[in-house]
Amino acid sequence: MAEAPLPFWKDMFSAKNVKLLTRPFGADNPVTVQVLGICSALAVTAKLQPALVMAISVTVVTAFSNLIISLLRNTIPPRIRIIVQLVVIAALVIVVDQILKAVAYEVSKQLSVFVGLIITNCILMGRLEAFAMANKPWPSFLDGIGNGIGYGMILVILAFFRELFGSGTLFGYQIIPASFYEAGYANNGLFILPPMALILLGIIIWIQRSRNRDLIEKEK
Amino acid sequence: MFSNRYIFIYTAVMVAAVAVLLALASTLLRPMQQRNEETATMQELLKAAGKNVDRSAAIDLYNRTVTAEWRVNREGDVVAVYDNDRGSWKQTRGKADIKRAFDSDLKEEMEKAAAHEADAAAPDGFFPVFVCNGGETYIVPLQGKGLWGAIWGYIALGKDFNTIEGATFSHKGETPGLGAEIASEPFQRHFIGKKLFDENGNFTSITVQKGGAEKYPGDVSHAVDAVSGGTITSNGVTAMLEDCLSCYVPFFRKRQSLAARPAAADTVEVSHPVENR
Repeated sequence: MAEAPLPFWKDMFSAKNVKLLTRPFGADNPVTVQVLGICSALAVTAKLQPALVMAISVTVVTAFSNLIISLLRNTIPPRIRIIVQLVVIAALVIVVDQILKAVAYEVSKQLSVFVGLIITNCILMGRLEAFAMANKPWPSFLDGIGNGIGYGMILVILAFFRELFGSGTLFGYQIIPASFYEAGYANNGLFILPPMALILLGIIIWIQRSRNRDLIEKEK
Repeated sequence: MFSNRYIFIYTAVMVAAVAVLLALASTLLRPMQQRNEETATMQELLKAAGKNVDRSAAIDLYNRTVTAEWRVNREGDVVAVYDNDRGSWKQTRGKADIKRAFDSDLKEEMEKAAAHEADAAAPDGFFPVFVCNGGETYIVPLQGKGLWGAIWGYIALGKDFNTIEGATFSHKGETPGLGAEIASEPFQRHFIGKKLFDENGNFTSITVQKGGAEKYPGDVSHAVDAVSGGTITSNGVTAMLEDCLSCYVPFFRKRQSLAARPAAADTVEVSHPVENR
């Protein structure tokens, strides 16, 4: 991965590589800028814990599928590259699903079908096609981690607001004190439902674009 | 460029490698997954018995709470008994090929019983019963279907085999906030104290009543409030209770009449059905 003369960590975390890792957090976020992975962002963000597990799972799968495809990139016949990518993603997702069932049973029950549906998350195929097929393994791995975290970040932000206002809890612990409820406060059921995730996501995109005007599409 | 030959070999090797990897992952993780599933089942059973525990403590408490596991036939006779000897389960009565209640599946047994009724040569179904605290509470499993998929649960009955002491329900994927509420504490609490038989001894089951238990045409002690917005799931629960509990009615009646003769109440009568070959 890293070539000799410089100490390897300097090369591994050169400015260019670090940018690969951090760009998806903001200006190149897969959810708010590329608008990918919306379906699961609505589905698993009613509570923080499943959102966090989903974020970690997707990060692991993007990172390793990027790495594997990048290692294989010169051997993959272009005519069947999509199938090869799908097989790699599907295999990794099944392994993640099996591991969750073995070590985090409750969470895997909550996530139910959505772990399996990581396979159809557009972020994965998008990164493989756009990056891993044309880049070396290490940058591809960083790109996968970066995009996974960029996606997970949005999930966690959505889940934070949805769980706090929808259930009054965070990670299952009661945050809004009982005295509030006695004074007439009620949990907002809309936050539990998927449409609210879309509204919150819209607000996040709005805030991001008002701060970073480069992201706004030019009018023709 | 890549030849067709290369592409075929590439695909074959890739598929084989992935198959080996997945088979390995599945084999290695299977024991842990199975343990998780078992402890989750124990946790649900214990919840019906009124004990909320963490999954990690479930095995321990299960072995302290459930004192015996029975299998009963359609006529209401106990055909197999497994006793709990501090965590190790020993079959004390019945045929050796009848499995523990914990390892049996109610749906399968119901299908077997129905097949046996149609054709006496088919093997009979034996329904599972869990005896708690040395015969104070009896738990029977339930299996049915909701709106999107399977629903299941456990009902704990007092030793009168009539009054419900606790109930728990779970589901595969009912709508969150609506049908999924059957898995919530407030819904399950309504079942406590409800009765399966009316004062004349007729089996009434429990109806999950849309609009509230007081809308139920009969006695309120046979109905609970439905989940608002979850009518199909609620109806599924009603049907599940009716279907599963009716299999046990002969057993309940036999035990009730045994209890009426106090001297005989403690003995377990094991009969071997003659048609069992």
